[in-house]
Amino acid sequence: MAENGIGAPVRRKEDKRFITGAGRYTDDINRHGQAYAYFVRSPFPHATLNGIDKAVAEAAPGVLAVITGDDVAEAGWGGLICGWMVHNKDGSEMKAGSHPVLAQGKVRYVGDHVACVVAETYAQAKDAAELVEVDYGPLVACTSTADADKDGQPQVHDDVPNNTVYNWELGDQAAIDEAIASAAHVTKVDLINNRVVPNAMEPRAACGEYDPAQDSFTLYTTSQNPHVARLVMSAFIQIAPEHKLRVIAPDVGGGFGSKIYIYSEECICLMAAKKIGRPVKWTGDRSEAFLSDAHGRDHVTHAELAMDADGNFTALKVHTKANMGGYLSLFASCVPTYLYATLLAGQYRTPQIYCAVDAVFTNTVPVDAYRGAGRPEATYLLETIIDQAADELGRDPADLRRQNFIKPEQFPYDTPVALTYDTGDFHAVLDKALEVSDYSGFAARRAASEAKGKLRGVGFSCYIEACGIAPSAVVGSLGAGVGLWESAKIRFSHTGMCQVLTGAHSHGQGHETVFAQLIAEKLGVPIENVEVIHGDTEKTPVGMGTYGSRSLAVGGQAISNAADKIIEKGKKIAAHLLEASEADIEFKDGNFTVAGTDKSKALGEVIFEAYVPHNIPQGLVEPGMEEGAFYDPANFTYPSGTYICEVEVDPDTGVVTIDRLVAVDDFGVIVNPMIVEGQVHGGLAQGIGQALTENCVYDSAGQLLSASYMDYCMPKADDLPNFEVATTKTVCTHNALGVKGCGEAGAIGSPPAVMNAVADAIGTRISMPATAEKVWRALQANKTSQAAE
Amino acid sequence: MYEFNVHKPGSVADAASALKGADDGKFMAGGQTLIPTLKQRLASPSDVIDLGNVAELKGISDEGGAVKIGAMTTHAEVASSDVVTSQIPALAHLAGHIGDPQVRNRGTIGGSIANADPAADYPAAIVGLNATVHTNQRSIVADDFFTGMFETALNEDEIVTAVSFPKPEKAGYQKFPNPASRYAIVGVMVAQTGGQTRVAVTGAGPSVFRSSDAESALASNFSADALSGLAVSSADLNSDIHASADYRAHLVGVMAKRAVAAAT
Repeated sequence: MAENGIGAPVRRKEDKRFITGAGRYTDDINRHGQAYAYFVRSPFPHATLNGIDKAVAEAAPGVLAVITGDDVAEAGWGGLICGWMVHNKDGSEMKAGSHPVLAQGKVRYVGDHVACVVAETYAQAKDAAELVEVDYGPLVACTSTADADKDGQPQVHDDVPNNTVYNWELGDQAAIDEAIASAAHVTKVDLINNRVVPNAMEPRAACGEYDPAQDSFTLYTTSQNPHVARLVMSAFIQIAPEHKLRVIAPDVGGGFGSKIYIYSEECICLMAAKKIGRPVKWTGDRSEAFLSDAHGRDHVTHAELAMDADGNFTALKVHTKANMGGYLSLFASCVPTYLYATLLAGQYRTPQIYCAVDAVFTNTVPVDAYRGAGRPEATYLLETIIDQAADELGRDPADLRRQNFIKPEQFPYDTPVALTYDTGDFHAVLDKALEVSDYSGFAARRAASEAKGKLRGVGFSCYIEACGIAPSAVVGSLGAGVGLWESAKIRFSHTGMCQVLTGAHSHGQGHETVFAQLIAEKLGVPIENVEVIHGDTEKTPVGMGTYGSRSLAVGGQAISNAADKIIEKGKKIAAHLLEASEADIEFKDGNFTVAGTDKSKALGEVIFEAYVPHNIPQGLVEPGMEEGAFYDPANFTYPSGTYICEVEVDPDTGVVTIDRLVAVDDFGVIVNPMIVEGQVHGGLAQGIGQALTENCVYDSAGQLLSASYMDYCMPKADDLPNFEVATTKTVCTHNALGVKGCGEAGAIGSPPAVMNAVADAIGTRISMPATAEKVWRALQANKTSQAAE
Repeated sequence: MYEFNVHKPGSVADAASALKGADDGKFMAGGQTLIPTLKQRLASPSDVIDLGNVAELKGISDEGGAVKIGAMTTHAEVASSDVVTSQIPALAHLAGHIGDPQVRNRGTIGGSIANADPAADYPAAIVGLNATVHTNQRSIVADDFFTGMFETALNEDEIVTAVSFPKPEKAGYQKFPNPASRYAIVGVMVAQTGGQTRVAVTGAGPSVFRSSDAESALASNFSADALSGLAVSSADLNSDIHASADYRAHLVGVMAKRAVAAAT
């Protein structure tokens, strides 16, 4: 292994600046002459927009402009788009509804963008925003995921009848119904996958700038994918041609999906900058984040799992209603379909699966991908219904799972839901998790808990995810509007210093370290001599950004491929310098060597020769040392894992305490085990938050009641146990690095492990989050029913 | 925030006159409620009179039969005070579990009780320990101080200067925190002071209240078992997204028992 190469737990190169407060986030960027934007947001969940009188606001101190939907229409801009077409059962296209950059005619959720005030100072903009007189005609709101498509519900979009975006299906319903009818046992569950607010540490922000000399724009923004932002803003919203719009996403403090999408605020900052001839900055506050960052999850599901007399799964039938919120966000349509139903095989050999999904509009914040995106929802459903089946059959939950696992010799395995798993060993993962968790000692631990008046439960979750998103041809056939490859460029200087330009975008993942480790491994360059550059459409090759645990498996492989090209070119030069045949040159640990001899040239010497080619014959190679690669994977990657959770419940209060959480993951080859462990910890915390604490509540009128940290409970350090994490390894077969990705696993695998443990402790399945009162009520109900027996 | 004038008086008298001179002035102690309220633009005082420089409002003293705590003493100072931890450990425990470290290092006892948040911890200490609230105008006994949700007996220009806590024979405080804010969903202070038993409940209702049923049960038998039959009515209790009135009523019993068990 090269020093600090693949497998080394290298400390993160980027942390010095983050920890010392020297990071450069969007709000840290201040441009000369900058003005400030503040947005007027709808206080109503649903209302007609009868008129906006901006005269008083325009006359207020410091105000430079007030922009409304009329200005956007006048500019001829298009609306915000959904980039993934999903078709109905009858083959017709989904109904996406309109998504104006600023509201036109109607507002559709509390927080919807009505107008933008631009002023000399933030305070003046905020003051003047109160003076914008908006004539709302309040309407009854539609807020229920389960009821949104029923007759008589308020219509969120006039051109989307019954609030139904699509009725989509995967599989053969008639065959499934037959399989269920003939099954020896059928387990049924009704589940809610609760809505969560993403809560990135850094709120969204944007700073727009217009250069009249070049007729071009620059946008600094909190984005996970600056090139995608440029593409959408250019091709669809039509702000400017792509070459006249530079998008820079500098340091970004967390995203979890919420910073993939194109939002009104960043578009309007550009419009305002051109209008007033000065840079315009908007920085969202935490309240605005609650009210306007795309939320996650929000499914209501009925599912049935059929089994034969031996407990072999024979069929799974699922019907899900997925809440899209008030508008269809950028990738919202694919989350409950192609990132959800396709994962319903899980780790199991279930031969037949059918899934129907109805996506509905409601008067709530738009919902889109959030850490895991569809895969946590699939895992929660599957791991709940299997746990319930084990309960009903009196089977050990680990044994029932193991019996139905895809066997190691069955890979590559074609699932009935369109995916082909290339590799995995679910038995090995489960065995390791059982060992680490000391499953055989559970009975004794339960007895010890009972002795002190506590209830103890154990819960399993065996997840699989499709990540490294994704093969362009596959996602294209499924409706994606873009290809999902990744790009990289490796650029050496005369002195052998290395720049890695990547289309992936780090918003906390540690790319500056991990990608440098790849260079150390492949080329033998010390990581301190490697600079990773990302997040600027004018610097990096066109890239697709970071989400879906794709940076390493797709972006990292592109870097690796570019490094191979460096080696190939270097061999030609080295062969000339060493007076050997190119075929005899070997490259290892940063040195080109003539095979079987001690004749060698260091990479640095070869690079210098490439830039100072005094001795290179014409036509051998071009001067310079810079190579690029685009990589489009052949398949998704399939990380998998088994998580085992043990909880203690205080029966007097209903408080759930996680005593143990064992996470065993198969991420394939691991480049930096320390960073991977950190990713797992973060994902586990987020999943535990969804399972136990994050209670996102809309009242029936459509107001978000949990819109601050006083009411929305993020998991805190003392809500979490010391995680016990371990890994197993099957190597990804279709990327040369053998990597799979780890960014979302914790958030995918942990909610069902926690909830199954709660159910095991209290004897009842309750919905997430398992708040103390909900648990206490379930225990009271159990007491009442026991008394009645 | 809207614009306002800031005053930093050095004495209670100067603070009172600053308020008199303001159109719509507001005293600020630790600012743990006022500042967020201002930031949310939910309050728009003309003047904010910061009591942070008033030295006479700070400090903790052992007065023999009582512990006297200056109004501008922070929760962290109360929690770590030798006097409080040795004489009224239940009060130190309470102060040490308010909010988070940032809140405890800024928030003050005077600010907390003057604000009279129904979910604040200190009201349970004032009433449960039968404290006396001293102001720049008078002294107010515990049972008269809190008059409703965010309502106290304080006049508009009245400043809390200190609180005297008689030393109890035994006292204990337990709370069921709101997991998000760590305010009390239910907090119960039980105390025996001068032979009298008090049980004060915060968080559960619109304002702190005494549970006479619990007090009489404990008067003859100061043990958790004495509270086993305690039935708390949910009729006047709060209901919100964090806890229903029924659940709060149940928690009053659980926390009261735990407070008795923890009492020292």
